[in-house]
Amino acid sequence: MPKRVLLGLLLACGLAAPVLEPALAQEPKTGGVINAVIQPEPPGLMLAMIQNGPTQMVSGNIFEGLLRYSPKLEPLPELAESWTVSEDAKTYTFKLRKGVTWHDGKPFTAADVLFSMEMLKQTHARARTNLAQVDKVEAPDDTTVVFTLKQPFGPFLGIFEVGSMPIVPKHLYEGTDWKTNPYNNAPVGTGPFMFKEWQKGSFIRLVKNPNYYEKGKPYIDEIYWQIIPDAAARSVAYETGKVDVLPGGSVENFDVPRLSKLKDTCVTGAGWEFFSPLSWLWLNNRQGPLADKRVRQAVMYAIDRDFAKDVIWNGLGKVATGPSASTIKYYTDDVKKYPYDPAKAKALLKEAGYKGEKIRLLPLAYGETWQRWGEAVKQNLQDVGMNIETIATDVAGGNQKIGDWDYDIAFTYLYQYGDPALGVGRNYISSNIAKGQVFNNVEGYSNPEIDKLFADGAVATPDSKRKEIYEKAQKILVEDVPVAWMLELQFPTITRCKVKNLITTGIGVNDGFKDAWLDK
Amino acid sequence: MLSFVTQRVLKGVIVLLAIVVLNFFLIRLAPGDPAVVMAGEAGASDPVFVKQLREKFGLDKPLPEQLLIYVKGVASLDLGFSFRQQAPVAKLIGERLPATLLLTLTAFAISLMLGVLFGTFAARFAGTFLDTAITVFALIFYAMPIFWVALMGILLFSVTMDWLPSFGYETVGANLTGLAHAVDVAKHLIMPAMTLGLFFMATYTRMTRASMLEVKRLDFVKTARAKGLSDAVIQRRHVLRNALLPVVTLAGVHSGTLIGGAVITETVFAWPGIGRLMYDALLQRDYNLLLGVFVICSAMVLIFNLITDLVYRLVDPRIEFAS
Repeated sequence: MPKRVLLGLLLACGLAAPVLEPALAQEPKTGGVINAVIQPEPPGLMLAMIQNGPTQMVSGNIFEGLLRYSPKLEPLPELAESWTVSEDAKTYTFKLRKGVTWHDGKPFTAADVLFSMEMLKQTHARARTNLAQVDKVEAPDDTTVVFTLKQPFGPFLGIFEVGSMPIVPKHLYEGTDWKTNPYNNAPVGTGPFMFKEWQKGSFIRLVKNPNYYEKGKPYIDEIYWQIIPDAAARSVAYETGKVDVLPGGSVENFDVPRLSKLKDTCVTGAGWEFFSPLSWLWLNNRQGPLADKRVRQAVMYAIDRDFAKDVIWNGLGKVATGPSASTIKYYTDDVKKYPYDPAKAKALLKEAGYKGEKIRLLPLAYGETWQRWGEAVKQNLQDVGMNIETIATDVAGGNQKIGDWDYDIAFTYLYQYGDPALGVGRNYISSNIAKGQVFNNVEGYSNPEIDKLFADGAVATPDSKRKEIYEKAQKILVEDVPVAWMLELQFPTITRCKVKNLITTGIGVNDGFKDAWLDK
Repeated sequence: MLSFVTQRVLKGVIVLLAIVVLNFFLIRLAPGDPAVVMAGEAGASDPVFVKQLREKFGLDKPLPEQLLIYVKGVASLDLGFSFRQQAPVAKLIGERLPATLLLTLTAFAISLMLGVLFGTFAARFAGTFLDTAITVFALIFYAMPIFWVALMGILLFSVTMDWLPSFGYETVGANLTGLAHAVDVAKHLIMPAMTLGLFFMATYTRMTRASMLEVKRLDFVKTARAKGLSDAVIQRRHVLRNALLPVVTLAGVHSGTLIGGAVITETVFAWPGIGRLMYDALLQRDYNLLLGVFVICSAMVLIFNLITDLVYRLVDPRIEFAS
């Protein structure tokens, strides 16, 4: 089979080097314990069955995917040591690492990958969507897995990180009732750390995998994930030296500047490149004043997003220019601009004939920062003459309202997973309008041209063609304002400076601590 | 007495059943369900996935059928399965119940002992500076929200003085055993138990004071004084004992409130009890777990109230058990 030169071995050697460069600058030391905060407590650790943030943050140490991604989102080897792509971009062949074992000592083979694909199709909504592009998966031998696609799928190499496609042990799950399998609460993976203990409500303890396939790694002996539900108490736990790592989002934003100034404290915004969290306001395009494009554009002009960034988010993040975050592929800022311009917003509202009809705003119940942001946006919109009523809900209640289209404006933020085909199109294509579901096209925007562009973009080759398509889509969307994009969020990770190399990939603290070491 | 207890237990079972039925419908009135929450967290929410989750949780069945299945389960002491946490509800509650019992019973003991003590002193020295000081002190703790007292306690005793740990049940990673472990847990317990206890202590102080002043005016106290009993004996045997009845009633009523207060205290101090389990279950619409916690809490309240009734008899032998 003719092969293209996108090849894994080359990537493995060539691209891994810059990522690991900081590690090489100083010789890693072995030993020690990292105490990190996990919030909220994960409901379970079986990543194939639970896909919330805390589960991945802990289980990203236990389980592994076939690939990881660099901060520039280039694929890096993990359980797959190399990969090739056929000329027609429909066949992907992964060569798996040899000598990898599960934490219980059983060998990891291609059969585990095949089983995982079958399981994930039933338990992992995002994986199932991604695997819908796959015609068949085969394992010609124990260390080779071949994916044959129905058609070329541009972002295919971007769907294999541990949270999107965790590989699970076939020998422990095959033929069992997955939902009640005892290994869900004592997970067995191939990762650098092994599950040891979970004192519910207190801590989760992981210990070093002595048989890890990367010689010398991990450097740390143990990780304690401490469960502290109150944000102020988490800050105190760091201040009093009880924890060394506050992953992004662990403390309220207004505490970040204070904690950053503490002695021996390092702060980084790195490690969110793959997820690229982008915040926006859902605007209900179906009914009321927001059905008019001019009113939606007025919302964009009315909101002072620089204020939100500088004051509410303490200068963290970046004002969004459109549906794609600047960190993902095919981003362009060559789109219509919406600076803070209340006068223009008022003029647009007048032109649209807005007469003060009530508009319901749903803030996001994710804590104090989001509450404050809700207040600021309400004030901005009222300043230009909009009649805003805030509806208070908790997260589940808010999701229900949004899914039922029972709102006018609602806050949200979603991950983009590195590629517009994975994390952008889903919110704008009309085939994703489905009542009762959240995080799809809940705004009800429908534009056949956009539908076609995202459909074409996913399967187009070569890359330059995809770029052209997605840039066009961004321009159209920014003109139409189906939702009001706010900020590219940045969740700073705060650590003691003695914790080195905690974040080495674009997946950050969600990718496990295998490169981390303590400079004692 | 036996028939009284039997009767109360039977009534308790009926009350418990009513609580289960009422809560079963109440929690379903709140918008949002576990399938939507979990699908949302998955970062993708296609109708097939949500439908699959609803079938798995049994949420696709008609409500009366869901209720019947649940009540049958409870009747056979099966509190169901938490699909959210992938574990039986009884196991999840069992893991967390000891911590809550330790916290609430310690807080209860602190509040009752200190409350009655301070109330007695305030009544004994009514109108003096001591009385005013105790009353103001009680009023302050009664008026302050629990979470605020908790945060101020952390600021003072953990951050500034570094005397007590700010969170948790034990020192994580210390792997202590025996007495050292008990001391470690006790150090972690002081702040949450005091925080929770101080609020209730304030109530008991005020109640004991008021009740004692009331009793002091009664004729039998005058008689006791006339027959030459010492003041200490009068206060202890005649005034306090009679004044305790309303305090005991209040303590019984407080058993439920105490668990409510534990939700806040456990959250601020990262205390691994069922209060927090309940709070998380509520946010995640984990119906089975939430109902399970309600059942256990209700049972605890019923037991506390039964104990209260029995204590009446001890405090005042004139009270007879109506059977």
